[in-house]
Amino acid sequence: MAAVTLQPAAGAQGELTGILMIRAYHRSRGDLERTEVLVPDSAHGTNPATTSMAGFRTVNVPSAPDGGVDLDAFRAVLGPRTAAVMITNPSTLGLFEPRIGELIELVHAAGGLAYMDGANLNAIMGRFKPGEAGFDAMHFNVHKTFSTPHGGGGPGAGPVGVGPKLVPFLPTPRVLREPDGTFRLERPGERPSSIGRLRSFVGNTGVLVRAYAYILAHGRDLALVSEDAVLAANYLKHRLAVDGSYDIPFERPCKHEFVAQAKTLHRETGIRTLDVAKRLIDYGFHPPTIYFPLTVEEAMLIEPTETESLETLDAFADALVAIAREARETPDLVRGAPHTAPVRRLDEAAAARKPNLRWQPLTGRETPCPD
Amino acid sequence: MGYAPHTHDDRRRMLEALGIESVDALFADIPPELRSSPLRLSPPLPEQSVAARLERLAARNRTDLASFLGAGAYRHWTPPLVDQILLRGEWYTAYTPYQPEVSQGTLQSIYEFQSLIAELTGLDVVSASHYDGAAATAEAALMACRASGRDRILVSRAVHPQYRETLRTYAAGAGVAVDEVPVVGEGPAAGTTDRTALERALADSARPPAGLIAAQPNFFGLLEPMAELGAAIHAAGGLFVAVVEPVSLAVLAPPGAYGADIAAGEGQPLGIPLSYGGPYLGLLACTNALVRQIPGRLVGQTTDLDGRRAFVMTLRAREQDIRRERAASNICTNQALLALAAAVYLAALGPHGLRDVAAGSAARAAALERALTEVGVERLFPGPYFDEFVVRVPEAPAVHRRLLDHGVLAGLPLALVEPDDPLLADGLLVCATEVTTDEEIELFAWALGEVLGAAAPRRQPTTAGAGGGR
Ligand SMILES: Cc1ncc(COP(=O)(O)O)c(C=O)c1O
Repeated sequence: MAAVTLQPAAGAQGELTGILMIRAYHRSRGDLERTEVLVPDSAHGTNPATTSMAGFRTVNVPSAPDGGVDLDAFRAVLGPRTAAVMITNPSTLGLFEPRIGELIELVHAAGGLAYMDGANLNAIMGRFKPGEAGFDAMHFNVHKTFSTPHGGGGPGAGPVGVGPKLVPFLPTPRVLREPDGTFRLERPGERPSSIGRLRSFVGNTGVLVRAYAYILAHGRDLALVSEDAVLAANYLKHRLAVDGSYDIPFERPCKHEFVAQAKTLHRETGIRTLDVAKRLIDYGFHPPTIYFPLTVEEAMLIEPTETESLETLDAFADALVAIAREARETPDLVRGAPHTAPVRRLDEAAAARKPNLRWQPLTGRETPCPD
Repeated sequence: MGYAPHTHDDRRRMLEALGIESVDALFADIPPELRSSPLRLSPPLPEQSVAARLERLAARNRTDLASFLGAGAYRHWTPPLVDQILLRGEWYTAYTPYQPEVSQGTLQSIYEFQSLIAELTGLDVVSASHYDGAAATAEAALMACRASGRDRILVSRAVHPQYRETLRTYAAGAGVAVDEVPVVGEGPAAGTTDRTALERALADSARPPAGLIAAQPNFFGLLEPMAELGAAIHAAGGLFVAVVEPVSLAVLAPPGAYGADIAAGEGQPLGIPLSYGGPYLGLLACTNALVRQIPGRLVGQTTDLDGRRAFVMTLRAREQDIRRERAASNICTNQALLALAAAVYLAALGPHGLRDVAAGSAARAAALERALTEVGVERLFPGPYFDEFVVRVPEAPAVHRRLLDHGVLAGLPLALVEPDDPLLADGLLVCATEVTTDEEIELFAWALGEVLGAAAPRRQPTTAGAGGGR
């Protein structure tokens, strides 16, 4: 990429930054007819939500049976109204988008720009550079790739890289290097073509310093991080495929994550993905993301990452296999899970029906500041 | 130094199981013509070299100054227990507490955060964090538009300039018009929102406003007549958005009490260290009537199958992962760990402690004003303020630079952020909080007197206030 902004506070804000820059790009050329952004149906929910926030209409593009974008369907919706396509790569199915070159070429030929949701950069470092492939913008999540832990939901940071066309529109302030080698921030109003600010100050600096330290510590071995993450995901997928208790919808190599399904298991035993996930808790594992992507029935999206040892990977596979056996032999044990957590399954319907979102003093005697 | 745990033997066993020679086979699906050029990065660095390199960079930041800088982020004393609790690994585990059975600690901490901020703001619904005060303010504006079905927002020019810039960015995407309401130029209300101009803006019936955004205290540190501003926008059928500073809420009226429908603000003063702008904490709260419009996570109390009290994310149908293009916002990752810091800070201080911090800050700011008056430097705006105020200093940016040589970070010259506003050309925004020492104030006043060539007070102070704190 030609330039990067570190300002966005998370991936979703990075997406908004990217799509607003694309909007500014088309407007700067007087091209006001481009009101649509194409989003594959397997995309993360932030992609269509971002599209709306940036004032575009989302046009959903169906996936082909191989998990990639359906090229014919893509061609059918592509046109003079297309501002951009947002492609998650690797996709939320954990697959490298097989027709990525064609997609980028087609959208460019139609006058639109190509945005890559690079939240999952951790799968492809050293193997694929979105800028070289022709993407015009991408965000990446430092909280998925550069070691920032999630504190139960954040903080992270969502830097955005852009190709030459979008550099003039980068958020302000940029950090500029002066001829004498010193650095300064852009002054307010210094670059009128900018889309403006996305937040106060300059970004989630503390998080970015951590990411920088992680990058320095790995150097060119960052490629090894991706290799190990991909190797671990494929190994785990292979173990489950060999066992056969769960459906593995896509046979080809996955990247950092893969989809497994409890589809057959559900049909044969009545045990659903939700039950499997809850039972994993009893085996000492945090369940994977479930029922996502929305396009896959009874989905489990399993991402081992590069940091789990082979012993842990094997233990996780063994647990899933054991749960499938339980589903046939002692289904109530699975249905009632978890049995070892501080609480059992929750009444989520009651929580939504009559929301209790804050503590309320009961008697008035707890009035916080009596004087 | 890497952090990958696999041994060569582990890798070989995995490759063997997969029946392949090398991991290259797993990347064969990347079209050959699109495969990457090599990473132009240096070899891995040992951890101590990384630390040394970052320490060298850090040393080029001046942290020895007596700081009077506020302008949106504030120095306060943080009890060490806040960081101790934050360091516990249990908080770092899961990405999002989607599995409530194993996330009760995180979920309860979020519920307590919501409760504490609700108590402070007087508003019942609190979202479990946004990116920062500016983004939360922009989200509040979009909320007002959704709730009212209108597409024009009024914002006082006494709202933080970076918040207004952020608002404009978000509004451009959403097709929302942003009209700024000027501030009063002179007289007792100088520096606060101009209510005559507001009435004029409200009278534009062609495009009725979705809401009005005003800040308390405002960017210049001044107190605004929030009840009157709220009444004016309500009369025009719009919502009132209050941008608040949370510590001040221990002594000022809460937004819920003066009729605000939404409160937004920067939560950094609540136990979060200054860190060049982030990670901080976006606060967003609203009345019960707006609960389905608020973006971001909400945690609710419920029971488990055995009737035990338990906590869970709720009203999820507002969120992007379910609603997609019809979601209230695209927010997903938030600032949860910082929300935890705020909750621990508030719980540790309690209502009396927080009031001490607020009153202490106001008292130190008053002491600062007295010291600056002694060297002939007057306030630009006369109205009441909280812990921050503007003084008139001709050529403020140059004076600010020269004060650095005296070891003083003299707040913010307003010309740097509002270059086009003649009213602010000589304005210097300065701040003091409960951690500002007498020595720091003396140094500032003495040095400012020196730089301005005014009659200096008795003697040069002996101690500089290296970074403040205790
Ligand atoms: C593929 C993808 N895109 C976008 C996002 C949004 O990023 P964030 O949660 O940092 O806003 C995520 C993660 O949540 C993701 O997995």
